[in-house]
Amino acid sequence: MINLDHYLKTPVSEKDIRKLKAGDLVYVTGTVITARDEAHLKALELRKEGKEPPVSFTGRGVFHCGPIMQKDDNGKWQVVAAGPTTSARMEIFQDNFIEAFKPAIIIGKGGMGERTSKACQKYGCVYGAFTGGAALLSARGIREVEDVFWLDELGMPECLWVYKVENFGPMIITIDTHGANLTADVAAKVNKNRDRIMEGMKA
Amino acid sequence: MSGLEKIVEDTAVELLRIAATELPIEYVEELDRMMNENSGAVGKSQLKNIIEDTYIARKDSLPMCQDTGIVAFMVKVGDKFPLRSSLREILVEATKKATEQIPLRPNAVDMFKGNTGNNVGLDGYVPIIYWELVPGDSLEIVAMPKGGGSTNVAAHRMLKPGLGIKGVKQFVVEAVAKAGSLGCPPYFVGVGVGGGEDLCMLLAKKALLRPFKVRNSNPNVAVIETELYEKLNQLEIGAMGLGEGASVIDVHVEMAARHPASLPVGVVISCWALRHAKATIGSDGLVDIDTSV
Repeated sequence: MINLDHYLKTPVSEKDIRKLKAGDLVYVTGTVITARDEAHLKALELRKEGKEPPVSFTGRGVFHCGPIMQKDDNGKWQVVAAGPTTSARMEIFQDNFIEAFKPAIIIGKGGMGERTSKACQKYGCVYGAFTGGAALLSARGIREVEDVFWLDELGMPECLWVYKVENFGPMIITIDTHGANLTADVAAKVNKNRDRIMEGMKA
Repeated sequence: MSGLEKIVEDTAVELLRIAATELPIEYVEELDRMMNENSGAVGKSQLKNIIEDTYIARKDSLPMCQDTGIVAFMVKVGDKFPLRSSLREILVEATKKATEQIPLRPNAVDMFKGNTGNNVGLDGYVPIIYWELVPGDSLEIVAMPKGGGSTNVAAHRMLKPGLGIKGVKQFVVEAVAKAGSLGCPPYFVGVGVGGGEDLCMLLAKKALLRPFKVRNSNPNVAVIETELYEKLNQLEIGAMGLGEGASVIDVHVEMAARHPASLPVGVVISCWALRHAKATIGSDGLVDIDTSV
């Protein structure tokens, strides 16, 4: 299932995103911004009010992640651990987010659903799965904490951390712009297996 | 604060550190075995990342996952242990200290005031503390921080008793299939049966802490565990839900008597990072930390 390794630099063009196929391995260099449930909601609300979030997501990576951060002796934020959180929670507004802010790649774990897949096809975005829990491995790709927004209001896990990253990855593309969705395929197979196992279950 | 109180606090901080940073070697070895037996490149890559992550965590004494969980302690207080009513406050203080020192991610969110910043809830319930009064003069503390991803895929159902054991097993299969990719598989699965709507969930959570690969001492239950282990792996969820490699690492089932009209079943699922650490503190202040599974 693993195909090719791709090294992306942000801002990534829509053309380059559309070249990716499910199963590809991707590394990102440039800017990746963390955003979870509340940050998605807040960014979308701002857009509704005709305002803009404090950082641009366009062509960049949006990372479903609530990291552990610590200030060093110079008062500068450093990443302690920063693995992906369960992306399925963002399914309810990810499509609106992709439409509104045109990120190049959504990074998370566990995969996403039909709505996100449709938005990826329409607006040229992909979903890259990073190994869940491997928070120190992913932290290795983060070079610098460029900025943080909404920290006081949303708290450490939910605010926007702006990371400068270098060869951040590998992510496996599970949703591409061509309609493929690997985790949805696996889920369909799991459901078939479930039905078969449940039918054959003895007392 | 008395000398013994300080020892309990320091020990609780240390247990949270061990839990967050050192995945029991037996689990890592099992993940390694799974990786080598796994033929698919994707499954292998996921397990390799996990194993490497646990190595870095242990070496650098850093949390293996950024979700350091909601903090919980399982406490067994000996009836002759000198400290009793002060223990709650000590564990709360230890949680605050651990949050800063390890560090842990602040994961206690107040519904009105937001994240409390120190892993302690404003209503006195978090950290979660499970109390048990036992004979003896020592104190046993198990720290068991649990992440949100796998906590969200827990399942509970009040079955019709007529569905019996078969219904219980089917519900577990259904629950783990539904968990799918969401809670960072391969999973540890704890199942609690009977006892009422709440006890089955507690039994399911505590079942996760039974030593690794040790079956229930009741042979009837042990058979169910073995069957579920095989069947759940036939779901083919795979590492991280990508369809390759093992779906579950171990399954533990605990049973209690049930009401004639009820068959409560709880399923508590842990991600691959089943984090826990145990210590026993004597009334003389001697501490014995047990990091085995």
